[in-house]
Amino acid sequence: MNKLQIILSGIIRNNPTFVLVLGMCPTLGTTTSAINGMGMGLATMAVLIMSNFFISLIKNIVPDKVRIPAFIVVIASFVTVIQMLMQAFVPALYATLGVFIPLIVVNCIILGRAEAFASKNSPFDSLLDGVGIGLGFTLSLTTIGAVREILGGGAIFGVDLGIGDYTPLIFVLAPGAFLVLGYLMVLFNKLAKK
Amino acid sequence: MELSYFAIIIGAIFVNNVVLAQFLGICPFLGVSSKVETSLGMGAAVTFVMAISSVVTWLLQQLLVAWGIEYMQTIVFILVIAALVQMVEIILKKLSPSLYQALGIFLPLITTNCAVLGIAILTIQKEFSLLQGVVYSVSTALGFGLALVLFAGIRERLDFEDVPVAFKGIPIALITAGILAMAFMGFSGLV
Repeated sequence: MNKLQIILSGIIRNNPTFVLVLGMCPTLGTTTSAINGMGMGLATMAVLIMSNFFISLIKNIVPDKVRIPAFIVVIASFVTVIQMLMQAFVPALYATLGVFIPLIVVNCIILGRAEAFASKNSPFDSLLDGVGIGLGFTLSLTTIGAVREILGGGAIFGVDLGIGDYTPLIFVLAPGAFLVLGYLMVLFNKLAKK
Repeated sequence: MELSYFAIIIGAIFVNNVVLAQFLGICPFLGVSSKVETSLGMGAAVTFVMAISSVVTWLLQQLLVAWGIEYMQTIVFILVIAALVQMVEIILKKLSPSLYQALGIFLPLITTNCAVLGIAILTIQKEFSLLQGVVYSVSTALGFGLALVLFAGIRERLDFEDVPVAFKGIPIALITAGILAMAFMGFSGLV
């Protein structure tokens, strides 16, 4: 596969949110605003790139039987690293995302890519796959966050659009997450068909 | 944290429902919940795993604190939960092969069910005592089962409806979940 194709396929054809429907918990739980969605996406992407690269490096050493536990330990280590870095440098974002940061460990996207891609391909290709899927995930989360922020709070990336008096708060609350993601998926399906 | 057990139970089942308000355990929620019977089985399996894992992780946390290595929390917890799920799988295979068949792929997936790890971490964050932690975990799991069964009931009906093509499958399920979440918002402010 062409190097550029690996990256691009993660963004559209294999989009983790809209096509593969993986990693739904952070997708719904952290997208109350565009910034939060983007922060979660980037944190996940960082873990994905490092774990994909590292797992691809060790794929020939790890016996097949203990493959999954070994992968999980690798992923959990990188999540801990990211967790500590975020706590130190972006404490506000860390507090907002809360329990979803350690939960990157159980994000199906990361173990899924380790199994489906990193355990079969070269370290460099796996790294690119991490970049592509990570970008796809970040873009989806930022989009969902932006839509919810506009509809529910009348702002985007924290910039007030001056329509705050007319926006229903429900889109920032829990039900809004399900509704916005549902309708965005319909839109994605409709566009992808053409 | 001082909270009466009643407040913990009502809070975990209804007010802060794990699926509909906290967004934990969405994968099995969307995946398994097409039949009421399977949902009941999944709910039971999760309740069992959560009850045991909350005890084990709470005790382990005391060790981690005593040794000053709290940062190992994520790694230790996920390994313990993975091992527990394996155990439940083996027991269920022996005791109830039909249920084991029905739950299929989703049983090993409890490992990556963020609800189990999430609740283990939240129990520590909320500084619950051991008993409070167990009550909290079990109520949360019951809330998970409740949401799953309610949702499965709706989806069984949904199968007979003529849904537009672009809405078929996950999108209509998400929109249904959104409406269900609105209904659960009626409980907010209860405790």
